[in-house]
Amino acid sequence: MISLAARDIAHSWSKYVFTGVGLGLLIGVTFSMAGIYRGMVDDAQVLLRNSHADVWVVQKDTQGPYAESSSLPDDIYRGVLGMPGVEQAANVTYFTMQVQHRGKDTRVMVVGFEPGQPGAPPSLIAGRHVTRSHYEAVADVKAGFKLGEKIRIRRNDYTIVGLSQRTVSTGGDPMVFIPLADAQAAQFQKDNDAIVSGRERTAANPAFNRPNVPGLLEAVQASQTTSHNVNAVLVRVRPGWDATQVAADIQRWKHLQAYTYADMEEIAVQKLIATSAKQIGLFLVILTIVSTAIVSFIIYTMTLGKIREIAVLKLIGTRNSTIAWMILQESIGLGLVGFIIGKTVATLWVPVFPKYVLLLPLDAVLGLLVIVLVCTVASVMAIRAALKVDPAEAIGG
Amino acid sequence: MKIPSLKKLLLPLIVLLILGGFGWVVTQQGPLAPVQVTVAPVVRQAIAASVFGIGTVEARYSYRIGPTAAGRIKQVLVDVGDSVQAGQTLAVMEGVDLDARIQAAGLAAERATASIATAVATLKLTQTENRRTTSLAARALVSQSSADTSQQQAAIALAALDVAKKEQQRLQAEQKALRQQQANLTLTAPVAGMITTRDAESGTTLVAGQPVLTLADPQSYWVKARIDQSQALGLQVGQVASITLRSAPQQVLTGKLTRIEPVSDSITEERLVGIAFTPVPASLSSGELAEVTLQTGQKSDALVIPNAAIQQHDGQTGVWKLNGDSTLQFTPIQTGIQSLDGQVEILSGLQADDNIVVYTSKALSAASKIKVVQQLAGVKP
Repeated sequence: MISLAARDIAHSWSKYVFTGVGLGLLIGVTFSMAGIYRGMVDDAQVLLRNSHADVWVVQKDTQGPYAESSSLPDDIYRGVLGMPGVEQAANVTYFTMQVQHRGKDTRVMVVGFEPGQPGAPPSLIAGRHVTRSHYEAVADVKAGFKLGEKIRIRRNDYTIVGLSQRTVSTGGDPMVFIPLADAQAAQFQKDNDAIVSGRERTAANPAFNRPNVPGLLEAVQASQTTSHNVNAVLVRVRPGWDATQVAADIQRWKHLQAYTYADMEEIAVQKLIATSAKQIGLFLVILTIVSTAIVSFIIYTMTLGKIREIAVLKLIGTRNSTIAWMILQESIGLGLVGFIIGKTVATLWVPVFPKYVLLLPLDAVLGLLVIVLVCTVASVMAIRAALKVDPAEAIGG
Repeated sequence: MKIPSLKKLLLPLIVLLILGGFGWVVTQQGPLAPVQVTVAPVVRQAIAASVFGIGTVEARYSYRIGPTAAGRIKQVLVDVGDSVQAGQTLAVMEGVDLDARIQAAGLAAERATASIATAVATLKLTQTENRRTTSLAARALVSQSSADTSQQQAAIALAALDVAKKEQQRLQAEQKALRQQQANLTLTAPVAGMITTRDAESGTTLVAGQPVLTLADPQSYWVKARIDQSQALGLQVGQVASITLRSAPQQVLTGKLTRIEPVSDSITEERLVGIAFTPVPASLSSGELAEVTLQTGQKSDALVIPNAAIQQHDGQTGVWKLNGDSTLQFTPIQTGIQSLDGQVEILSGLQADDNIVVYTSKALSAASKIKVVQQLAGVKP
């Protein structure tokens, strides 16, 4: 049996293919939008995955260190390390800043880490890990730095020795990993003018500058320039221990806030990016509705364009089911062409996006199902129009 | 007849192109694409372990020079940067009433000398009196009572002479102490060196011990460095160090580890070490930041891998080993010394010429599909 649909398409295939390409581009945009949404959620989660931590210990009554600011003395980790069920505990600091690079600003999140501990950069894509305890950095490849380049963070130059991938903050800023001691100094370090004027201010205070107590002023000034704070302590739990229980113990006995991975994920995904994710999500819904409508209209008008040919078919006695089958096949075929082109172009243009776009295979399958469904529904309208055609139209004017 | 055949060819061509593109995209570009990895063999080679620390340039011996008693500065004779000789006068304190007190002490001593003469005269008289009364009493011409009284008078006069002599000695010693104090008003250099700070000017009143000047020996400049405790294993006095000053980042100076402090800084978790320059360069600035690299040990033949290959997987530290049939296997490893250029010694877990994964574009698992490349996509050379 000959396929009516195939013959019809082959008859005017260029029109059919061009319609499919147009539809494909629209579907590609929808896929990209879904990818942007998934990428946003993944940005929030990847930060947690990369830290290799089971429990986050932060300042009491805060939701730090990502959603709120949190500050802890850096010797807290020793007490945490002594808690039952804790295998590793490491200090980390996070702060976002603009780094000067080839004459323009790059926004990065500077992470202070201890080598070999939770919070250290995960696998690299080039270079090596940090080996010196100062002035070396591993940067995310998205920041645009090259191996061997020097970047300036506050007062010191850091050499980029390694590049990592998918190490971003919840906002999608690329990370720069530097040794903890440097990060602590950089985070709280003021510029030189501020330090000098601060010293003069202290010297002008008679309480600190007593003539009969030599050395007091120097001691006070020295105490003002040091920083022994960190933003969080990352904890790895011993195998076989329950992270929830360990977190609860730390919270109860150390008087700190402790979050498990699930808690942190909720903070990162549900709270931190909630509004922007909803914004993108809503736009995705609208885009899907608009695409559905356009697909329906295209198929409908395509059928109406063939109304004379359908009348001829009816005139020669073709069964209604054969005509309906032809329209349905063409419609789904168009959807498939659109899907293939849409998926291809979306995959091709995704790497160009400045922020991460994640195309999930599940989304593609879902998209395919929606497209087939939409095409079927749209063809129903067209089939109804086709079946109502009077065969006389084939000869009439 | 040419046009329809072209048209007939074009349709399958376009279909093929689209399907081919789709197939390529799905298998090579998207989430189903193989993970790109780079592979390196485990090699046998020499490895040098080094530690890195930062510190400041300081004078090993620094002298804070100030008065021993509260006083006012009369004159400061040297300025910052001046080179001075041992014993050179650096500053003079004002004596205030010291000269008058020395004069008073001298006069008091002279008075004491006069008192001695009086006491000697009195003693002579009372002794003569006593001899006379004793002979008269022997002949019972005066009462025994008068004889006893004159004997006592003589004894008192002898004691009074002793008191006067001691008083003279005391006042002389007092005068000597004041002269010593006067000598202390001159602040002199204990050693040859350079003036590094000038903390007070003439006219300033200081408490005892407050410094006027600080003197340092430029030959004693060294770097007081801090080494992270986690890297401090293997530090030994005498190890060769290379020092880079912040003011001259391109220039590498040589030094020697001369002291490891027995007490670590427990707050910063760092070991404190002193590194002497060999030789001491000219025009060093005290307080300048210096980076120090110490070579702590080396092995001439070790199994070595790049540190980027070491991964955490299921709570274990190890590497992804590439088996011959291009399947992956996570191998836990024990590491030894680490060099500053990112090489790590393998103590156990790997053999020479094993192929291991160094860089990956995504986290790996044992079931990962991989594609071995020279360099990962997205890395600019």
